[in-house]
Amino acid sequence: MDTAIDQANVNIASAEASNVIEMRKVCTRFGDHIVHADLDLDVRRGEIFAIVGGSGSGKSTLLREMIMLHRPDSGTIKILDTDLGALTADEANKLRQRWGVMFQHGGLFGTLKVRDNIALPLREHTNLDETLINEIAAWKLTLSGLAPETGLQYPTELSGGMLKRASMARALALDPELLFLDEPTAGLDPSGASGIDTLVRTLHDLYQSTIVIITHDLDFLWQVTDRVAVLGEGKVVGVGSMEELSKMDHPNIREYFDGPRGRAAHEQAQLQKQDKSQNKEQPWTQK
Amino acid sequence: MSTLLSPPDITQTSPGQFTLSGNWTTRAVGNVAQKLVIMNAVDASDVVIDASHLDKIDSVGVWILQRQLNMLRDKGKTIRLLGWPAHSQKLMDVVEQQISTPLLISAQQSLLEKLGRKAVAAWKDGFSLLSFIGESALALLRIAPYPLRWRWRMVLNNIQIAGFDALPIIGLTSFLLGIVIAYQGADQLRHYGANIFVVDLVGYSMLREFSPLITAIIIAGRSGSAYAAQIGTMVVTEEIDAMRTIGIEPIDLLVLPKIIALMVALPLLTFFSDITGVLGGMIMARSQLDINFHEFIVRFGSEVHLPTLLVGIGKAVIFAFVIAIIGCYQGFQTKGNADSVGRQTTRSVVQSIFIAIVLDALFSVVLSILDL
Repeated sequence: MDTAIDQANVNIASAEASNVIEMRKVCTRFGDHIVHADLDLDVRRGEIFAIVGGSGSGKSTLLREMIMLHRPDSGTIKILDTDLGALTADEANKLRQRWGVMFQHGGLFGTLKVRDNIALPLREHTNLDETLINEIAAWKLTLSGLAPETGLQYPTELSGGMLKRASMARALALDPELLFLDEPTAGLDPSGASGIDTLVRTLHDLYQSTIVIITHDLDFLWQVTDRVAVLGEGKVVGVGSMEELSKMDHPNIREYFDGPRGRAAHEQAQLQKQDKSQNKEQPWTQK
Repeated sequence: MSTLLSPPDITQTSPGQFTLSGNWTTRAVGNVAQKLVIMNAVDASDVVIDASHLDKIDSVGVWILQRQLNMLRDKGKTIRLLGWPAHSQKLMDVVEQQISTPLLISAQQSLLEKLGRKAVAAWKDGFSLLSFIGESALALLRIAPYPLRWRWRMVLNNIQIAGFDALPIIGLTSFLLGIVIAYQGADQLRHYGANIFVVDLVGYSMLREFSPLITAIIIAGRSGSAYAAQIGTMVVTEEIDAMRTIGIEPIDLLVLPKIIALMVALPLLTFFSDITGVLGGMIMARSQLDINFHEFIVRFGSEVHLPTLLVGIGKAVIFAFVIAIIGCYQGFQTKGNADSVGRQTTRSVVQSIFIAIVLDALFSVVLSILDL
């Protein structure tokens, strides 16, 4: 958080309803393979929360469970004070409109132009008029750092980084209270990835929404997140800020900090912390 | 979480002051635009927007409000915000910067332009099909002297998939077709007491026309589409590019074995279709016209000659070439995504069936001129 006022807002928000996501004793199995064994996880309102873990540690499955694409074998998941286990189809649809999801490969509809992709949730779920919808979609596109002309192209004509931004714009279409990002920086070049870093920060400042991120990107973890959960052996083996995690001893957590990449990212983060306080970027005008 | 949300509203509290109230969020804000019209009539040069009674506002609400405020700004009025929470204020600022950007609209094409573009596309498509046929022919010539490089294993595998595995469906379809022809003919022939001519009817129509055509149609749907889908997927996953960089010509590996295999398999399938079709006609002739199998076969042997069979088989060879080449060509035309694979596959089937029927009609004309 950059300013004292923002900090105060977050505090007020967290006082009235602290947890946006509450997972209790979640178990998931695929055949004999146990993915989650009595997993507990809390995400607080207004924070940028990341879930990390090696391949096969079940982070993608965890995300799919949060967004109701997969049902856990047992345990309860509460999102935005709603228990996912006992929802009617109607309630589920209402709930889905309160969050936005950015998929790893974009998940943009190939038959629609980029701007129509972003406008789709607005067309489906609001009674705004057509011009307004187009204007808002165009704005969200600019907000996520894409040129207005991109809106008239088809998703296949975009590069990987642009696809992620467009997908982010669609996730933001309905002003979600909760934003899920699946691997937002995977497959991007360093400058593209750091563009996403600042974008996530800016959007968080602007929308005040809770952001849940699945990522492997160490720089991203240091730069952007408030808290991080490390998955291992079907459980959350550690939760905390990157600072706190870097002092924990669990082997799954150490893997993240002791490799050469982990150290480099740590040092980089410390360096940037110093000049960040002097130099604030305005990413919605970039690119 | 407040579940009861009051609708968005705006009231004029003094000549230059407006108070917002209720819930100005994406899903609730829909028809507030009509209420905002009251702002158009404002006289004061200083307009104050009071948000102290506002429950909640999000970016869509801010956008609608700023759109209205922008019109006031254009009239030279000054806008002041009162009682806005910090983050909503920030949202207002960001939107204010953006709101005057005009909306881009994609250029509309006139009917003439569309027609022209379609014509050019069709011309280019035809041309690239021709060049693909040329490339395949050259590749065939190149490897023809080296039988060891013909990739026999792939050819045989393709013959099994496109030919042998298709036997049941071809057999059944032709059998039913033979029954239908004999049945439809039986009624007419009985009137004239010309029962025995059912043999000529079934024999000629199956061997010359129906067998080659029905076999080609089934194989176009079954194998032509599979070729297009296989090659199309390989284009999407960059396997074709990988093949080129390794130094293997995709045409040698993917196209030639398919063409050779289908040109072997389709005539054989057509022959099989001849047999089952005539068998169907034979059974129908016995039950409807009292012509027993012996009579049928004797008449068949004396009336239906070898050229009739060869005309049908010859057509099948040409159809095989058309189906294989169009299936492969459409596969290579795939661009970008999975969606395109589906489109090219459909196109390959429609195009190869269409061309097969056109060629069939041409054959009829040419063969009747040649008196065959």
